[in-house]
Amino acid sequence: MSQDDVVARITSNPKFQQFVSTRNVYSNIMTMLMMIVYFGYILLIAFNKPFLAQKMSAGGVISIGIPMGIGVLVFTIVITWIYVRRANTEFDATKDAIVKEASK
Amino acid sequence: MSKQLKQILVAAGLLAAAGTALAAGADLGQAQKQATNWTAIVMFAIFVGITMWITKWAASKTKTAADFYTAGGGITGFQNGLAIAGDYMSAASFLGISGLVFASGFDGLIFSIGWLVGWPVITFLMAERLRNLGKFTFADVAGYRFDAGPIRTFAATGSLVVVAFYLIAQMVGAGQLIKLLFGLDYMVAVILVGVIMMMYVLFGGMTATTWVQIIKAVMLLVGATFMALMVMVQFGFNFESLAARAVEVHSKKDAIMGPGALINDPVSAVSVGMALMFGTAGLPHILMRFFTVPNAKEARKSVAWATTWIGYFYILTFIIGFGAITNLIPNPADYYVGGEIAKGLKGGGNMPAVHLAGAVGGDIFLGFISAVAFATILAVVAGLTLSGASAVSHDLYASVWRHGNVDQATELRVSKITTVFLGIFAVVLGVVFEKQNVAFMVMLAFAVACSANFPVLFMSVLWKDCTTKGAVAGGFVGLILSVSLTIMSPAVWEASLGNPKGTAMFPYASPAIFSMTAAFVVIWLVSLMDKSAQAAKERAAFPAQLIRSETGVGASGASGH
Repeated sequence: MSQDDVVARITSNPKFQQFVSTRNVYSNIMTMLMMIVYFGYILLIAFNKPFLAQKMSAGGVISIGIPMGIGVLVFTIVITWIYVRRANTEFDATKDAIVKEASK
Repeated sequence: MSKQLKQILVAAGLLAAAGTALAAGADLGQAQKQATNWTAIVMFAIFVGITMWITKWAASKTKTAADFYTAGGGITGFQNGLAIAGDYMSAASFLGISGLVFASGFDGLIFSIGWLVGWPVITFLMAERLRNLGKFTFADVAGYRFDAGPIRTFAATGSLVVVAFYLIAQMVGAGQLIKLLFGLDYMVAVILVGVIMMMYVLFGGMTATTWVQIIKAVMLLVGATFMALMVMVQFGFNFESLAARAVEVHSKKDAIMGPGALINDPVSAVSVGMALMFGTAGLPHILMRFFTVPNAKEARKSVAWATTWIGYFYILTFIIGFGAITNLIPNPADYYVGGEIAKGLKGGGNMPAVHLAGAVGGDIFLGFISAVAFATILAVVAGLTLSGASAVSHDLYASVWRHGNVDQATELRVSKITTVFLGIFAVVLGVVFEKQNVAFMVMLAFAVACSANFPVLFMSVLWKDCTTKGAVAGGFVGLILSVSLTIMSPAVWEASLGNPKGTAMFPYASPAIFSMTAAFVVIWLVSLMDKSAQAAKERAAFPAQLIRSETGVGASGASGH
């Protein structure tokens, strides 16, 4: 079976189109989330410094901005793993099934 | 190359390290008093010894062009994640970010966040498609359906420009840092970096480069973890008391807990953010690492691990910066010039992490951290050189000049010759730019990466109507605009070129918001207007490209698995 045949069969398989659009929507949403969190934080710093400099507790020195900043770092790591988890299990399984079907 | 010759080279490497040790001994008195350089030099010699031994082993495995560029595609996701982290965490980010936290507290955290947020973008949009479409360089990805001549010429130009700016920053940083930590001449330091790096790449190719990066990443993470732990132990693992003590001793007092002067103008802030976020996805030496793993699954794991290690490292640098505040400022006699805070830290603003290493771990640990800083530079420049060499040999020589009619052995020879030239070029650049302020160079590399390489990659993979003409036109517009606007910005026009304040024609800190947008618009417009037969052919090839990029069917190195 030649590779061209496999390509032609995958192209005509509606499950493939479905798969590509599901995954694209997912990765676009994740990219948007990351942009909102990061640029949101940066713009908050640009426009409202006093808010971020507020103290977490009365008498304490740590400001709200610090846990938020660490939070952005942790969010970045977590959102990457969430995507990779789903892509490496669910998406890969769907993809393998489509390829297998076309290679029969 | 004969076995004997290799052994001679290994011995020469060790001798070079030992020889510099002697030179350093002579310089010790007059250069920097704080470092007992011998420990650092012995540790560094051990690192060089181990990595040269690995290079020798890697050389026995590096027979084909594929071995040279991608280590035969046999690196696991976890290993590659560490190697990416080792490629990305430069000495500048370790010493620079902790130095910024030391100087202004909170602003250092804001800065470090920017360097991490590009990684999810690579994961979500690029990693898998890159692995499925590419073979050796990111130009393979754009070159899948586009006319090889123009698109690879563009991609190689984009790669080499980014590599050159990044290299200048690394080489000058290396010279200054090693001068400081080891008491060597600037010139000796730069040549040493050039020679050792060239040996890694020349003989061991991607296999040696990968292991140098992995070892360096582990050393850096272990060293930084130890420092952060020692700091936290001092305060009973209570960050509040660490922060309270820092506020008490720092001259800026409570201001270190809030945002300072780093972000003022929103346009600059967003523009710098865009450069960092999308530039990471256009760095050739980082993109190249995705071809070292066997498939898309491992490529995704690589980025997830890389993001984890880099993010963890930035959290550590924040603690290290605060630890430096509480450990160094109360002891001006030990750490400040002439014992006076007003005269500044011994060795300058990048030194807090190094001084802290001595404060919490003694001379041995100080030596270890100094050696890590040196190793860090080697790992980064090796990765840069390898990606520069592949742009020349694989894209320009094999694909553009010889139209793909070239055997592996010849291509491999060309990449090795290029490696030697790049090594010499790096040393020359390091010497030429010695006295220049090169702080902006890394930002410039990111600006070019996000304005030229990233839009072309993104559009060629995701937009079916994109054509060669559109991609090349938009890519060059992004490249030229990002470089020229950076030159006209205050950081270069005023701070580096010495023009009077207020004369910079481009007022923002980064051109990305304009140059990246312009690149996308030009790619879109020119592609739309392109009605040539070639364009029709390229659009017709999109479905096949889509299947390969989304499923990996027919991908290089994946089909056989």
